Amino acid sequence: MIVVDKLCKTFHGVTVLNDVSTQFEKGKTNLIIGQSGSGKTVLLKCILGLYSIDSGQIFFEDRSLQEMNNQERSVLRQEMGMVFQGSALFDSMTVEENIMFPMRMLTQKSPEEMRSRANEVIKRVNLINSNQKLPSEISGGMQKRVAIARAIVMNPKYLFCDEPNSGLDPKTSTLIDNLIQEITKEYEITTVINTHDMNSVMEIGEKVLFLENGHKGWEGSNLEVFKTENEAVGNFIYSSNLFQKVREVYQKEN
Amino acid sequence: MIILQNIGAYFIMLSKVFIRFTRWSVMKELILREVDSLIIRSIGIVSFISFFVGGVVAIQTALNLNNPLLPKNLIGYATRQSVILEFAPTFISVIMAGKVGSYITSSIGTMRVTEQIDALKVMGINTYNYLIFPKIIALLFYPFVITISMFLGIFGGYAASLYGGFCSSGDFIEGIQLDFTPYHVRYAFIKTAFFAFILATVPSYHGYFLKGGALEVGKASTTSFVWTSVLIIVTNYIVTQLLLT
Repeated sequence: MIVVDKLCKTFHGVTVLNDVSTQFEKGKTNLIIGQSGSGKTVLLKCILGLYSIDSGQIFFEDRSLQEMNNQERSVLRQEMGMVFQGSALFDSMTVEENIMFPMRMLTQKSPEEMRSRANEVIKRVNLINSNQKLPSEISGGMQKRVAIARAIVMNPKYLFCDEPNSGLDPKTSTLIDNLIQEITKEYEITTVINTHDMNSVMEIGEKVLFLENGHKGWEGSNLEVFKTENEAVGNFIYSSNLFQKVREVYQKEN
Repeated sequence: MIILQNIGAYFIMLSKVFIRFTRWSVMKELILREVDSLIIRSIGIVSFISFFVGGVVAIQTALNLNNPLLPKNLIGYATRQSVILEFAPTFISVIMAGKVGSYITSSIGTMRVTEQIDALKVMGINTYNYLIFPKIIALLFYPFVITISMFLGIFGGYAASLYGGFCSSGDFIEGIQLDFTPYHVRYAFIKTAFFAFILATVPSYHGYFLKGGALEVGKASTTSFVWTSVLIIVTNYIVTQLLLT
């Protein structure tokens, strides 16, 4: 479980996150939603320790990120996996090398052991015949799968995904969402996903945190998000024509 | 004020390059790759430029020696001095600031904008050491490039002198041996070592701290070239003042 307590973050005097408190639960897909510029990515990067915070605390189980020394942070980082928005694959390495990279850097495994583990996760994310291809030679959806494989290869306790289905077609997006949810359940990971894709919220949003201009606007589950009276959440969700139409049809039918 | 901030950030970056070393099995590969990209792949262009500029130096010297009392071996002497003291170490380093510097800035800058550096950080890797240290080590071989440049620059002068009929082979060879001071070669290599460090670290700084997207990568490469060249020229002046006066 990850606990965020009264987190504040400013950039050059501009407040980006203000007094954000929440919990991300183990074995669940926790979603952070909100408009562009609402502070989703900053919150994720603060949790990852990529940005220092101005005040507040972030706890991984009972370990405070702010009170950790460098050694403890290194250990924590090995428990984290991250899927970046643009996949962030190393473009000079093949798919297999990308997936083996964290093991090469952080473990004492032999090349055979690393290859075997890499093939295990490659199979898990349904990547076929791509081991020796470069990231530029595979599709966006496959790149996301490689990024997920790289993120889970070290058996992380925490998985973070920054807009994992941006730039993907709806069908591939759903496949990626389902894959992340399956992996979360299978490995009992605390997964935090940053998204503004409402399909993801409907499909896998077991816990949803809505950020509004750096504040916590609302939180609940995907079952509650469509029923909430919160105006800001409603405006955000029904800003899509498709969802407006669905709501109109639903209201007519009822 | 911004310049002071940048200088501070540059030295903080340098202090982080030499801590929390990357595993040797990985680092070895990175160093070999950088030696190939930064050194081996630069030899062609350096050889080409050195040969022809050496030739031009010899021709211009010959054309300015109108007085029949001046011996012809001065062509070889002037070519050697120009090539060893200035052309090979300084002029080639400014060219390398364009070739190698842009490559370093754009490769690290692209890693920054595509979040590859963040991916490394999330894995708990010291990105300064992983990205910059191999480049510093690879550029330890830079004096090797300068040696080739010195040889080919003088050889270009020799070829141009003979082909243009400005002096005989004997005159030129006598000229390049005339009043030879080994300290000048040492001086050239000392400043080459400084230039190599600048070539590895200044473009890395510009790439590492880049903010923005693809357009900024291009801008950073240009800025990196300008600052690397400026630092090479200023360092050249300071080292020359210290070692030759």
